[in-house]
Amino acid sequence: MTVTRIMSNYFNRNGFGLGIFLLVAVVFWVVILIVLPQISMLDFSFRHHLPPPEMGGPKDTYTLEHYKYLVLGAPGADTSYNVVDLTVFARTLLAAFFVTILDLILCYPLAYYLGQSRGGGMTRILVLLLIIPYWINEILRAFAFRIIFGDSGVINEVMLAMGLISDPIDFIRANVALYAGLGYAYILLMIFPIYNVIESLDRNQIEAARDMGAPWWRIHWRVVIPYAKPGISSGCTMVFMLSAGALAAPQILGGPSSLWFTQIIYQWFNTGGNWPRGAAFAIVLLVTCIVIVLSLMRLFKVRIGDIGK
Amino acid sequence: MSKGVDVNLENVWIKFGDFVAVRDANVDIKGGEFFSFLGPSGCGKTTILRAVSGFLEPSDGTVRIGGKDMAGIGPNKRPTALIFQNLALFPLMKVWENITFSLEVKGVSKADRRKRADELLDMIALPDQGDKLPSELSGGQKQRVAIARALCAEPDVLLLDEPLSALDLKLRQHMRTELREIQQRVGITFIYITHDQGEALTMSDNVAVMRAGVVDQIANGHSIYNDPATPFVASFVGENNVFRGKIKSIEGEMALINTNRSGELLARIATAARGKLKVGDPAMMFIRPEACNIAADTAPAPNRLTAMVKHEEFEGQIYNVFLEGAEGKEIKMSLVNIGQHRQSAEGDNLTLEYVPDQAVVLPVGELASE
Ligand SMILES: Nc1ncnc2c1ncn2[C@@H]1O[C@H](COP(=O)(O)OP(=O)(O)OP(=O)(O)O)[C@@H](O)[C@H]1O
Ligand SMILES: [Mg+2]
Repeated sequence: MTVTRIMSNYFNRNGFGLGIFLLVAVVFWVVILIVLPQISMLDFSFRHHLPPPEMGGPKDTYTLEHYKYLVLGAPGADTSYNVVDLTVFARTLLAAFFVTILDLILCYPLAYYLGQSRGGGMTRILVLLLIIPYWINEILRAFAFRIIFGDSGVINEVMLAMGLISDPIDFIRANVALYAGLGYAYILLMIFPIYNVIESLDRNQIEAARDMGAPWWRIHWRVVIPYAKPGISSGCTMVFMLSAGALAAPQILGGPSSLWFTQIIYQWFNTGGNWPRGAAFAIVLLVTCIVIVLSLMRLFKVRIGDIGK
Repeated sequence: MSKGVDVNLENVWIKFGDFVAVRDANVDIKGGEFFSFLGPSGCGKTTILRAVSGFLEPSDGTVRIGGKDMAGIGPNKRPTALIFQNLALFPLMKVWENITFSLEVKGVSKADRRKRADELLDMIALPDQGDKLPSELSGGQKQRVAIARALCAEPDVLLLDEPLSALDLKLRQHMRTELREIQQRVGITFIYITHDQGEALTMSDNVAVMRAGVVDQIANGHSIYNDPATPFVASFVGENNVFRGKIKSIEGEMALINTNRSGELLARIATAARGKLKVGDPAMMFIRPEACNIAADTAPAPNRLTAMVKHEEFEGQIYNVFLEGAEGKEIKMSLVNIGQHRQSAEGDNLTLEYVPDQAVVLPVGELASE
């Protein structure tokens, strides 16, 4: 199998015009949109923070300074570790994890219902209803949540009127609004992969399990969930990655005390003007997320190949 | 294993919206019996089975298992086990886990389950295959695993929904024998669904023939074949030559039919039609291809008719001879291959003869569509 053989097979199969188009499109996508930006970020993260005239000059050498900064803090600081940034980092990951679990708990029953109910029209309307809110801009949605969860928002008003509480609850400070907003933002990304696999699950298997006396929870535990595992893990991966990397929702809905790690990255890029440090932080976030996802997949015995199914 | 129990359907109706899938079914199945529902696709066989297993509540009427009314009792609480049309093995569980799933539900320890699985695997002649996944088995092996899985639950009634339909002919014939043996060994009630009359006749103690939601006849295979209750049964089970006409005279069990195209023919009145036919009534008469023979004596008689050979098919153990009678009436005759080369030639004018007792008369009714 030589390269020329593979190439000529490829062109025979797709024709010359389409073949060239596919090749160019895929190469453009992978190289220009994925590989190059990440490589330049990686490169950035190992450089000194220099004023523009000195870039490319003799002082522009590779350094681990920014990575050290994230772990150890500024040289000569009071603490031996960069407690502030590391705490934010850990809390961000934990919160993203929490959002993922929340979405999974919410979406699995819904996806199961959608996937297994045979009614065509009803199901399609339900799915459509799920999509409509996503026509609205992300920032608008976040502000809408802020209003709903605000001191004089609908939720507080209703609870006050019903006499459940005597003072408004500060949902923003307690981060309830943030979790709700994030969870809501990625619900579809959780539902669709799970819905997709469950839709292909043979109904008879569920009935067979029931016929053999299994209660509903065991049917899910032994039959549906193992089958839906690829969908669940691709949903979880997307929600986790995107929550950890979210910026707008934490910015708008986060309480004053809860900084998201992406906000710190944003500050370094933007107000801080220190792109290499921002790049280093971003790389650390990306790599950590990938490692977490891969190790969870290993733990739950999901192979990467299964996810595309 | 527990002894099989009776299953009774009393005036069972099953409707999907306005559509009536099962109409007033009355079926009594005795404990330990191998009972088949036979009927064409879409006649409501699966629907009946689902009502017995509990996945479906009848719109009206009663399902009894072991004499007990099953209304409101879910499938997981009924003493039945269902083998699905597509088997529905759990693809991600190993074979042994599949087989013992019902024990897992009951909380039996893993060691005991494994032991039971090995016993059942021995029984279905698949020893040492327990650690495979279902996808690693052949069609016939999957079949047997599905049977073992159902038997492992020790049901009083085993329900089988066309479990052999996906297998090739040889394997299907082999599995017939095997199923029958298993049934006799465990002694529980088997309710078997099929649209293959061969399966129904070879395996069953009793057969119910269904037509579009209606149970036409319940009897043993012999009676179904030789003494059909309706024209549908006569034409659906096995092959039959149909002659339409009017009853000319009745003498005891025998009737003389004035057929539209083939003259006067003598036949036995089917048991189900006794007392229901009068002289002058329109009627249908059925003669099986294998009941026909070439007559040595060509003199006209009420059990003889003349026809011309159109063509002949050689099937191995039999020849099928296709003939054309008076006014283009098509007639089929099957002759046993007794080693001769051919017994007829195209264009031959033959006189056919049959034993009148083997031909039956029924009131006019719906025939099975080809
Ligand atoms: N859930 C349902 N809703 C509406 N109609 C149904 C439903 N289930 C079955 N039917 C209808 O009831 C009739 C009988 O169906 P059933 O599945 O019992 O047929 P069957 O005899 O098992 O056929 P086959 O041999 O093809 O399996 C069919 O006309 C079918 O369309
Ligand atoms: Mg069916």
